Amino acid sequence: MAKPASNLAKSGNAFLNWVDQRLPVTAFWEATMTGYYAPRNFNFWYYMGVLSLVVLVIQILTGIFLTMHYKPSAAEAFASVEYIMRDVEWGWLIRYMHTTGASFFFIVVYLHMFRSFLYGSHRAPRELVWIFGMLIYLALMAEAFMGYVLPWGQMSYWGAQVIINLFGAIPSIGEPLTEWIRGDYFISDATLNRFFALHVIALPLAILGLVLLHLVALRENGSNNPDGIEIKANKDENGIPKDGIPFHPYYTIKDTFGISMFLMVFAFVIFFWPEAGGLFLEHDNFVPADPLVTPTHIKPVWYFTPYYAILKAVPDKLMGVILMFAAVGILFFLPWLDRSPVKSIRYKGLWYKVMLALFAIAFVRLGMLGMSEGTPAQTIEMRVWTFVYFAFFVLLYFLSPRASTKPLPERLTH
Amino acid sequence: MNKNVLIMLCSLVALAGVSGSAIAAGDAALEHANVNIRDTAAAQRGARLFVNYCMSCHSASYMRYNRLAEDLGLGEDLVKEHLMFADAKIGDTMEVAMRPADGEAWLGKAPPDLSLTARARGTDWLYTYFLSFYRDEAGSWNNVVLPNASMPHVLWQLQGIQEPVIVEHDGQPTVERLELAQPGMQSPEDYEETVRDLVTFLEYLGEPAELKRRNVGIWVLLFLVVFALTSYALKAEYWRDVH
Repeated sequence: MAKPASNLAKSGNAFLNWVDQRLPVTAFWEATMTGYYAPRNFNFWYYMGVLSLVVLVIQILTGIFLTMHYKPSAAEAFASVEYIMRDVEWGWLIRYMHTTGASFFFIVVYLHMFRSFLYGSHRAPRELVWIFGMLIYLALMAEAFMGYVLPWGQMSYWGAQVIINLFGAIPSIGEPLTEWIRGDYFISDATLNRFFALHVIALPLAILGLVLLHLVALRENGSNNPDGIEIKANKDENGIPKDGIPFHPYYTIKDTFGISMFLMVFAFVIFFWPEAGGLFLEHDNFVPADPLVTPTHIKPVWYFTPYYAILKAVPDKLMGVILMFAAVGILFFLPWLDRSPVKSIRYKGLWYKVMLALFAIAFVRLGMLGMSEGTPAQTIEMRVWTFVYFAFFVLLYFLSPRASTKPLPERLTH
Repeated sequence: MNKNVLIMLCSLVALAGVSGSAIAAGDAALEHANVNIRDTAAAQRGARLFVNYCMSCHSASYMRYNRLAEDLGLGEDLVKEHLMFADAKIGDTMEVAMRPADGEAWLGKAPPDLSLTARARGTDWLYTYFLSFYRDEAGSWNNVVLPNASMPHVLWQLQGIQEPVIVEHDGQPTVERLELAQPGMQSPEDYEETVRDLVTFLEYLGEPAELKRRNVGIWVLLFLVVFALTSYALKAEYWRDVH
């Protein structure tokens, strides 16, 4: 028996009707777009999710074209990247989109995560959205690290050396573990080859799967909003949230505008500032990898430097590694560390504003210190900000259920 | 909320500033090269200097002659006649005659390929480097920017010979400045221009697509401005009934 035609199909599209009998295209569109009601008061921070998706697509598409010309071999990798930059038609554009995209991925993801700190988007019932997001973040860090090794420049080589050696700090299994990761006694052709495989297929697949789960979990309860109250608590007679508007066309159009603004910044960097002063493309990476010459100053790319600073702040290597992983790991518990009766910073009071500002400053400052040479004074500063970083989570756990809050509104404010 | 945006933006700007200043590392203060990548005439003169003075020892093995001919507006015949060795072909890369093993034997270390030196070191470093050669007490060539390397001052006939003024700093003899002991074929001002030409070419050599990148970028940004205005107008129209 034929299913009843949907609203869209009723409008006379016989082909769509035919498809809908076989694949629920219209039902899917209505469930996730036109019939999905989102809070009407999204602000700047709510662009970051769709922008992460845009960057993901850019990375996959440009990555496909780079793979057509790149050679994953220690003897040829560096030259093949220069071949892309010089001899492949528009190869420079494809590569700059990919290198700039890598950094912008982290910029939008960090802002996306910060949004959660502001408005409590990770709080019940959206804990799994946050957990899947964190898993995406982990996969993204692995993806970026391995991608950075591929051009086989000096910083690719020595950065990989330093980061893989971190695993060597683990007692007893450390050394065999690093050999297992490298596939050799040192970073070599074998390492490059497996990192290529992981970078172009394994991790992108994992990221795509996790993004799907992130979105399915989000659609289940709908987005949070800057007020941190549930719009589904206030529905009209048709069961539609009074403060909700259909995702399409309202947010698809608004996001189009957001994407256009993002692309302007993105294009500016690609065309006029692709090295970003050595932040996105490091100067030492224009020198081919040389196992015999150690660069004077080895540091990871900017998006890892906050954690690198936490590592360097601790004198003991194993403790440093533990603290560094703890700095990422503690984020997984954020939904349960915040026990405040309200979600949004708007109703939490001054204590949270001060704490979050200090936390943000600590993260950025650690990022800057992670790039530095590490003078004694800088090391002391690293310790201070590392303390502030972890103190945020501890204080959040103990203060959030006790601190006074402002009364929540019945309906969304602007 | 706005305060938070402000903090994030300020931090990002500070972040960029710090990395920018960290690059100019090295003991010597660097002079500004003031290279203009749009100055094709300078890049042409620099190409000639590069072939005459650098390519005896250094290759630019990612750069093809025909690309050079096209980008610098020289034409293939001119490049064949003036910039190529007799047995090279127009589609070849700029390889050096000297074998790396010989370079290692003669100079202690094979001279590096120069394709990407401008991107690795920066143009200011290169410019200062070419101005900082001097003859030390042992009578051999040295350089303030890259001390005790085996590279001789191949442009000495143009610049002349500089000698160091040595001052004690914490008991260590330090080169305070360089003085021209024997004038060369060019005046100091002309030599600076010559070096700027060479550095302009090296900048081009590091990224031959740079000029095209900048030219295309203007059109891309113009398109995006129109796109942003249009999408904003559309958004405003759709959202009229929301607030």
